[in-house]
Amino acid sequence: MDTLSAPLTIAFDYTRSLGPVLGRFMAGLRDGRVLGGRTSDGRVHVPPLEYDPDTHEPVTELVEVSPAGTVLSWTWTDRPLEGQPLDRPFGWALIRLDGADTPLLHAVDAGTPDAMSTGMRVRIRWAAAPVGHIRDIECFEPQDPEAGAGVCGGGDGSAGAVVEIMTTPVRLHYRHSTSVEESGYLRGLAEGRIVGRRCPACRKVYVPPRVCPACGVATDEEVEVADRGTVTTFCVVNVPFAGQRLTPPYVVAQVLLDGADIPIPHLILGVPAADVRMGLRVAAVWRDRADWSTTPENIDHFEPSGEADAPYETFAEHL
Amino acid sequence: MNDVAVIGFASSDVSVTTSGVETLVPVFEAALAQAGLERRDVDFWCSGSSDYLAGRAFSFVNAVDAIGAVPPIAESHVEMDAAWALYEAYIKILAGEASTALVYGFGKGTAGELARVLALQLDPYTVAPLWPDAISVGALQARLGIDAGLFSERDMAAVAAARDDASSVETLLDRPYVAMPLREHDVARVADGASAVVLAAADRVGGRRAAWISGIGHRVDPQGFGERDLTAVPSATAAAADAGGLDGVQVTALHAPFTHQELLLRRALGLPDEVRNVAFGSNPMFSAGLSRIGAAAEEVMSGRASAAAAHATAGPLLQQNLVCVLRSES
Repeated sequence: MDTLSAPLTIAFDYTRSLGPVLGRFMAGLRDGRVLGGRTSDGRVHVPPLEYDPDTHEPVTELVEVSPAGTVLSWTWTDRPLEGQPLDRPFGWALIRLDGADTPLLHAVDAGTPDAMSTGMRVRIRWAAAPVGHIRDIECFEPQDPEAGAGVCGGGDGSAGAVVEIMTTPVRLHYRHSTSVEESGYLRGLAEGRIVGRRCPACRKVYVPPRVCPACGVATDEEVEVADRGTVTTFCVVNVPFAGQRLTPPYVVAQVLLDGADIPIPHLILGVPAADVRMGLRVAAVWRDRADWSTTPENIDHFEPSGEADAPYETFAEHL
Repeated sequence: MNDVAVIGFASSDVSVTTSGVETLVPVFEAALAQAGLERRDVDFWCSGSSDYLAGRAFSFVNAVDAIGAVPPIAESHVEMDAAWALYEAYIKILAGEASTALVYGFGKGTAGELARVLALQLDPYTVAPLWPDAISVGALQARLGIDAGLFSERDMAAVAAARDDASSVETLLDRPYVAMPLREHDVARVADGASAVVLAAADRVGGRRAAWISGIGHRVDPQGFGERDLTAVPSATAAAADAGGLDGVQVTALHAPFTHQELLLRRALGLPDEVRNVAFGSNPMFSAGLSRIGAAAEEVMSGRASAAAAHATAGPLLQQNLVCVLRSES
């Protein structure tokens, strides 16, 4: 059987505290200056190190270096990836800025690989709207050979207000793939059925189907379970959060479907939160059949079925 | 102190699902069958994988399903290649807290845009925000090695030709660059997969076939790209020394995601030409390093070598390295 897969994109804006060294480095970039950190051996590191690798003392001396430098190594990328400094073919390079002893990695907007070479001179192209971020360096560009040596500020590294926080957005794309068993479960949902699988060793029925977590073996026999069941435990959501679709308070419960040996989490609506209780019998409320697809979202929520509460002994094993 | 041996190894080159759980079940069965142990005989389970590979937080927890955790088990995880999980399990046995362990690594490297995923293991302040892909970063190192006269593109192609008998160096050099000076054959193919190694203390080895761990070490280099001579691999050299040195080693299983890195590693480890290397084919993320230990152990257990060295790495520039020496006698 073909297994189902679907695109998945995850995104998160990491906010990172910079500390005294990188905070000054990023402030320098915002102000159009590159600061290196001097270590006890006299070497100037760009980007600066936070601690001296020999003495292990904090690095405190920052010095301004030139925005121009020399390419120590390079490669060429024909198809830039999302998020990279340039959206047209460019060179990656290790660049040692004049006045620094260590190279940094960045992009060179050279047009063609023929324009790249070890030893070539490049200089920074600053971003139009600097904010105190490594991307304030938009990229490097080949330097006109007539321009001579880069202008090195040679300042003492003092700068405007230190940058305390930088935001680094992460956005990644995947194709999420399901197992044969999960695909059977999802295809069942598209037909309004809830399909689990039974473990050949312990005979428990898992919904959704999975490798039996007790026995460590694949579940085999398909078992259709009911779209009604028993609340085993629940919580009342009182806290608002980003992306919330319901207005608190509302109830999320573990529902043990009749015929299954493991509960599924779902919403309990159609009843005041204060009236939800362990043992409450509930039934699935399906969305309009026209909207069904291979997703558990076909079930909008559960609501009380009107049956008498299930005795504790009938679900005690599943708590 | 306990002597520790590898007594079982199995691997798979598929992963249907993003979680990889279904792949682990038969891999565990095969490794345990080779070791002559039952699932319940395993005192300690330790895994290596990455949430970023799966695109899902705590993705390794799914994998515990494949173990069967009723009654409860002793389990741990590293967000690294599982070779480092093996280090943890090895220490656990040395310390007398376990007599047996099953170590496993898994991942579906093809689930996402791996080039972008791997960028996130780089410095989060000054490097990762540029999203440099691992192949481009590796290419910068290869050029430094070529410019320094350590090797040529032809030498790199010869490494690839040795991995794949069907290729000739001339044919390979005619092919286009992927990222100058790297061609397709210089980059190990990214793969899905999983592997498992079974470890046992001396008193549990009995009459089983075993490859005894005589030493293991792991070291890391500075994270800044400019903070090290990228044509040297001091952390690999130091890890080999920590593992007791490579005296008497007849065969190696190096984890070299790029052909030029195999050449750099041979220099860093001081390997003479006569030391054979078990060819490194594809690069299943987070199990490749553990599989190298399995491959070296198989060389010893089969009697093809009396001493073998395995190597695992992390980072596009060989920033982090582990060396494990295995011998036929404890």
